[in-house]
Amino acid sequence: MAAKSWKEWERPIIDATEAINKFKEAAAKTSDPAERARLLEKVARDEARRDQAIELLYSRLGPWEKVLVSRAEKRPYTLDYIQTIFTEFVELDGDRRFGADHAIVGGPASLDGRGVMVIGHQKGRNIQERQYRNFGMAKPEGYRKAMRLMDMADRFGMPVICFVDTPAADPGVESEARGISEALAASMLKMFELRVPTIAVVVGEGGSGGALALAVANVVLMQEHAIYSVIPPEGCAAILWRKPEMAPQAAAALKLTAQSAFELQLIDEILPEPKGGAHRDPIEAAGHIKLAIHRYLESLSSLSGDEVKQHRYDKFRKMGSMGEPFALSIEED
Amino acid sequence: MSGSFLQCAGCKKILFASEFEQNLRVCHHCGHHHRLSARERIEMIFDADSFTESDTDLRSGNPLEFPDYQEKRLAAEAKTGSFDSIVSGYATLDTHPVATAVSDFAFMGGSMGSVAGEKITRTLERAADEKIPAIVFTTSGGARMQEGMLSLMQMAKTTAAVQRCNEVGVPYICVFTDPTMAGVLASYASVADVIIAEPKALIGLAGARVSKQAGVSRIPDDFQTTEFVFNHGLLDRIVHRRDLKNTLTSLVKMLGGKCGR
Repeated sequence: MAAKSWKEWERPIIDATEAINKFKEAAAKTSDPAERARLLEKVARDEARRDQAIELLYSRLGPWEKVLVSRAEKRPYTLDYIQTIFTEFVELDGDRRFGADHAIVGGPASLDGRGVMVIGHQKGRNIQERQYRNFGMAKPEGYRKAMRLMDMADRFGMPVICFVDTPAADPGVESEARGISEALAASMLKMFELRVPTIAVVVGEGGSGGALALAVANVVLMQEHAIYSVIPPEGCAAILWRKPEMAPQAAAALKLTAQSAFELQLIDEILPEPKGGAHRDPIEAAGHIKLAIHRYLESLSSLSGDEVKQHRYDKFRKMGSMGEPFALSIEED
Repeated sequence: MSGSFLQCAGCKKILFASEFEQNLRVCHHCGHHHRLSARERIEMIFDADSFTESDTDLRSGNPLEFPDYQEKRLAAEAKTGSFDSIVSGYATLDTHPVATAVSDFAFMGGSMGSVAGEKITRTLERAADEKIPAIVFTTSGGARMQEGMLSLMQMAKTTAAVQRCNEVGVPYICVFTDPTMAGVLASYASVADVIIAEPKALIGLAGARVSKQAGVSRIPDDFQTTEFVFNHGLLDRIVHRRDLKNTLTSLVKMLGGKCGR
């Protein structure tokens, strides 16, 4: 039986970590040297147990486990990465049309002295934050804010860096009323029009159109344990087999891992994560992202505005996989 | 068929088949627009015998080896006589040449995989390259799950082709028919110069099941209908099927000023 949540799946690691903390605390409190030595021995034993569990669980992540890890509430989110990778981030808000949307954040920031525009989906960690961020599901105004910032970047010659991490675009009545589908399509269209280099990094959940609307970039990168999918595995299982509990099978069939996306030639590179996932060492995870951003910006810097656009068109134009060409048309017989 | 009866999918009233066909498959009683196959649509809209099909060599594979996909696709081919959910080519409207793509709900719910995405993209590129207007008819449940992320990327690919039309000043008109949903609505369909819809079509991003799962409450009666979308300013016109040909012809004549140059 497959685990249903990240917490359930990471249980052996979480248990060992809790035990370590408990024994450490007790060792710090006790005044008896023999007792302390005994407790520290237990700490060492549980640390070994934890490291073993991490090794075991993370060395054989299947598609469904990747889904769980990509959704883990401890996973670094867009603002965590912005803080680590850039300096002088000035968040800018509002679509200048309807309202503020906190499921997408963005603004100019400095990448080691170079001005770039950073835009990304933002999830929340506790109940209040999650509501404030609408679970990372942006409404039309979120995407319209993103487009406004992209326009600004284009005008001022700033590369655009997008962080992608959303279960989906907001599916509510209000979003439909204000044209969520148009906002997603328009955002993609905008990203094809930009004359500045663009890089998208999928850092968690790449949830269908809501993710793609920020990911039509010259370079698309995925973290090792991130996912990218046309539909959530639960939804796929519900539609195909009328059993949402078959989500793990759907996750496997959908080929939604970074490894599959790379094999299908839909992304440029898989970025490594620290052992045990990005949440075990967000600084190290951010370091890999930062290096890649520098590297790809450097390689795109020789292209003119027209060439940057053409590069993006050619990249997406190639995507798709046809079967054997069919020689006889039905008109001909 | 004449002399036989059938039941309206909208109001459930009994209809004479011959009258129903004469009325372009629109119910006399409630105005329900029943679905048409791609080939019926082409025959109804364009000048007689003006349609020539393109891209007939394209056929879907099973790149993800998705369970049961091959069987479903072959069954859909047999049912529709088409090789995917889009029929694409050239036609004329009152002698004006256009590039067109028409989707067929009978082929796996009109879903967009690699082949459908390629056909839409080629249609828009043909329009841009040959300076002729593009007219696309949508009816689709969205991106095709069975091709996973490859289907998702068709949303980007088709949208990029719309930009090509924009750059050369070629009009692109999209007609939403029942249903126009999800990945198709949220890509090339929603960025057309002119968007027209048939009455009472289902139009929306998330299917009712997804909305419910996401805890969406207080859903208005007309939610995700042509009329809801129109009343929220997201649609240019609602056009009855009998008026579609004339409306499209007028638009092609007036917006196609840069065409042919």
